[in-house]
Amino acid sequence: MDKAFNLIINGIGGQGVITLLTLVDEAAFVDGYQVRSSELHGLSQRGGSVETHARFGKKVNSPLIENGKADLIISLEALEGLRGATKAGSQTTFLINDQVFAFQGSLTLEEIKERFFSIKNKSYFVPASTICEEKLQNDIGTGVFLFGYAVAKKLIPIKKKSVLQAIDNIVPEKYKDFNIKAFELGYAYN
Amino acid sequence: MTKKVLLGNEAIVKAALASGVSYVTGYPGCPAAEIGDEFGKIAERLSGYSGHTNIYAEYATNEKVALESAIGASLSGLRVLVNMKSFGINVCSDALLPLAYTGIKGGMIIVVADDPSCWSSAQSEQDSRGYAYLSHIPILEPADPQECYDFTKIGFEISEKFKTPVILRTVTRVAHQRAPVVFDDWKKTGVKGFFIKNPHQYSTMPPRTTEMHKEVLEKIKKIQAYAEKSSINKTLGEGKNKTGIITSGVSYLYVLEALENLKLNLPILKLGFFYPLPKNKITKFIKPLKSILVVEELNGYIEKEINALAKYINPKIKVFGKNLIPEVGELDTEKVSIAMAKIVGKKFTPFKVKNLNLAKRTPRLCDGCPYWYILPTIKRIAPEGTIFGGDIGCNMMGALPPHSMYDYMFCMGSSIGVAHGIKKASPQQKVILFIGDGTFFHSGIAGMINAVYNKSNPLMIVMDNRITAMTGHQPNPGMGRTLAGEATEELQIAEIAKACGVKNIKVLDPINIKELEETVKDFLEKDEVSVIVCKRMCALLARKIQKEKQQ
Repeated sequence: MDKAFNLIINGIGGQGVITLLTLVDEAAFVDGYQVRSSELHGLSQRGGSVETHARFGKKVNSPLIENGKADLIISLEALEGLRGATKAGSQTTFLINDQVFAFQGSLTLEEIKERFFSIKNKSYFVPASTICEEKLQNDIGTGVFLFGYAVAKKLIPIKKKSVLQAIDNIVPEKYKDFNIKAFELGYAYN
Repeated sequence: MTKKVLLGNEAIVKAALASGVSYVTGYPGCPAAEIGDEFGKIAERLSGYSGHTNIYAEYATNEKVALESAIGASLSGLRVLVNMKSFGINVCSDALLPLAYTGIKGGMIIVVADDPSCWSSAQSEQDSRGYAYLSHIPILEPADPQECYDFTKIGFEISEKFKTPVILRTVTRVAHQRAPVVFDDWKKTGVKGFFIKNPHQYSTMPPRTTEMHKEVLEKIKKIQAYAEKSSINKTLGEGKNKTGIITSGVSYLYVLEALENLKLNLPILKLGFFYPLPKNKITKFIKPLKSILVVEELNGYIEKEINALAKYINPKIKVFGKNLIPEVGELDTEKVSIAMAKIVGKKFTPFKVKNLNLAKRTPRLCDGCPYWYILPTIKRIAPEGTIFGGDIGCNMMGALPPHSMYDYMFCMGSSIGVAHGIKKASPQQKVILFIGDGTFFHSGIAGMINAVYNKSNPLMIVMDNRITAMTGHQPNPGMGRTLAGEATEELQIAEIAKACGVKNIKVLDPINIKELEETVKDFLEKDEVSVIVCKRMCALLARKIQKEKQQ
């Protein structure tokens, strides 16, 4: 992989966007890549839109992905996924948790899907939160579920065993099992 | 040596530990807060300060107090690190300037984290590098987490070699950038603090003051000579091209990316020192060139210096900078590519962002936040035309929809001082101001005393959510707990108000909306300062405590 892989992870403050970003960074590092990522804390995190960037490959210069150059956008919330489409190139694939956190002026899931249809980018809508809530009684696994799905469907060039190693490396002991379960659920989802 | 993926702020912590830091203080602010928080965790694990082998970490009441205490610890021989966000340096500048004169004893790094594009800052898009000119204190500018580590270590060396504090200036995209970092283990020095008297050096009393001014200027000359040889000011790329790039900090990363995009190979001078600049190195770099692009975020400080140098060395050279690179907002690869393409005459088409007409999801108060009881209630019952003052912290959300209340907002603690001025200028208008507990302790008290002393009558709503919430739940003097987790005196805001001479004080739980309404109506009629302390715990913190109890 000569060119760096460009991943945008977005969602809403408090959804676990940064936790997922940290895990992707670690997994890419375990996989032997150079990696750089960028995130935002504080005011920008308080229930507003959050967009984080991770880049990995042989060589990575900047922590920020240029507009139009994302390879994959993982969205923990569907409208934020659509927001990501404003800066997507023709090669950008979308992996979207099919849940909408409504607010004034937001769209319904159907409206969002319709808009995606007209954008013509490859996009996957996955019920990550619903499954996590159902099987793990907690939707905080949403991000890791999507990561599992992306790895299984080869939407992201990271090995499964590197992700499991990454979970072991950085997730606190008491949450390890939960994260592995969420990852496996996503990995197995069809 | 270990290699791990670290946040820029975490790399600074590792470097300080590897440099034998033993005293850490500061004030929490984004994007710097993880530094103090991390040291707090380390100090808590070691269960406090045992005098020499361990580490002492605190959050001070504000940045000025933090720097002053760091001065005391440094003069007692300890290596110290002070952490703050951009505006923190404004607060501590009063102590910063004389500190340049006296110098330090134990090495001192002052981390100042700027926030171009104001991702998590309200009051201004400050470029703190300007303090170098004001204070004559060296400033280093890292580009990424590895440089955060390296520059902090080098900073401690410079600090002790030249007996000066060193400012490490980061920005959001450096402090909150993650990348693999190679770092050494914690070096436990076992240095014991002891203050050896030296009033000649530590007391800025005229006529010594002007003498010291002369000394600091001589010192900066020596540091400049050091900077000329330092490996953190480096030249890269081919020397053949007649166009060169001078850059510093995170902008360097965008330069590398833009050069790759445009398939260009231009010579680069990457400056690790913002101040003092290695003027001979710059001279050598610009002498053979026909044009230079200076790539720096926010103010064009370096560009000005290059222009001044070029006048003597190479008057025909064209210096490009802020005429092509925006002065407002953070930079990125695209902005740098546009400027570069223009200079070398290449075609570059910026990406066209699609307009999908999506509603903006602005930050808001969390679900269950006690401020939901306060802001809408007061907005509803306040008489027509009441002026609402806002302050810094979670209460800033009062400026955004659905509240959209604040008529003015400045800096930490300012809501009170400004309210006093309005009341003096226009006594017939009602003023209600909102301030959080953390901000009240930081710099609200002086304003409160002034309003009482100089006899005005704003209504102060202290929104006491029992923690400094916005920056990630740091302890403050109202909590009865220190950063390292020790129990301490729990300061009562109402008692402070009483001691400051406030006559009308009420402490209430804002969930009792009726009581809040009645008190506001009553206090708005008073001729003196009134304070309502709305005491209810941050909802996130309450949920966290509940969860811990269940486990």
